[in-house]
Amino acid sequence: MVEWTDKERAAISDIFSKLDYDEVGQKCLSRCLIVYPWTQRYFGAFGNLYNAEAIMNNPLIAKHGTTVLRGLERALNNMDDIKNTYAELSVLHSEKLHVDPDNFKLLSDCLTIVIAAKMGTTFTPEYQASFQKFLSVVVSALGKQYH
Amino acid sequence: MSLSAKEKVIVKDFFEKVSTRSDEIGAEALARLIVVYPQTKSYFAHWKDLSPKGAPVRKHGITVMGGVYEAVSKIDDLAGGLLTLSELHAFMLRVDPVNFKILSHCILVVLSMLFAEEFTPQIHVAVDKFLALLALALSEKYR
Repeated sequence: MVEWTDKERAAISDIFSKLDYDEVGQKCLSRCLIVYPWTQRYFGAFGNLYNAEAIMNNPLIAKHGTTVLRGLERALNNMDDIKNTYAELSVLHSEKLHVDPDNFKLLSDCLTIVIAAKMGTTFTPEYQASFQKFLSVVVSALGKQYH
Repeated sequence: MSLSAKEKVIVKDFFEKVSTRSDEIGAEALARLIVVYPQTKSYFAHWKDLSPKGAPVRKHGITVMGGVYEAVSKIDDLAGGLLTLSELHAFMLRVDPVNFKILSHCILVVLSMLFAEEFTPQIHVAVDKFLALLALALSEKYR
């Protein structure tokens, strides 16, 4: 089981409290598709992804970004049992969506960078450490049901 | 994955633009490296002061960022231009190359933090590629 210090819980809650899920979700997912273009393979049905501008203005991508952030909120609300909270999501990503689990790390790196832009210097090294620990637990849980 | 001519211009222009704060970028990136990835402190065990805001970390962050700027100036031939630095890292420092990736990530976070408006996805991808190629050039002499 993952151990969280009070400081880590506080940092992660504080970060989430500052997030507009629509804004951050859209920025994070579109950045991932631009910086790591091979991730576009999972979004064949999402319309125009031909260039950075198209991706950043794509409403389906924006909507999906919000979905991803809402999924992360579930982990936030169940920090002491992320593994079981995500069991179904893991099966979904493995059996239905066939997402290479490596991609979870790419998306979480983009999320960290988007949040750094949003929070500026209030995104201290300690905040970054707590948030990246949270994301690595999420990533691990998402990959758990793959076989 | 090599840099296109356009990407080289993007990288050079961006680093030129942020050059007045290069010391701050370097110090902040190294501070984050040791806080977020504590295992990296193993390379600095000989320092008396390993606090992220302390003088040794700041000084070394500035040194590292100096190396990044040197690489920017040699962007057309990273492997050739960084031969000496590669030998240093390979034979003397023996830094495990996995740490280049980790430090690159910290640099990107700091750039995003300090230059939120300027660090667009398009610039992000060019800089990410550049840092990956820099790491590759640094690993050139490892084996």
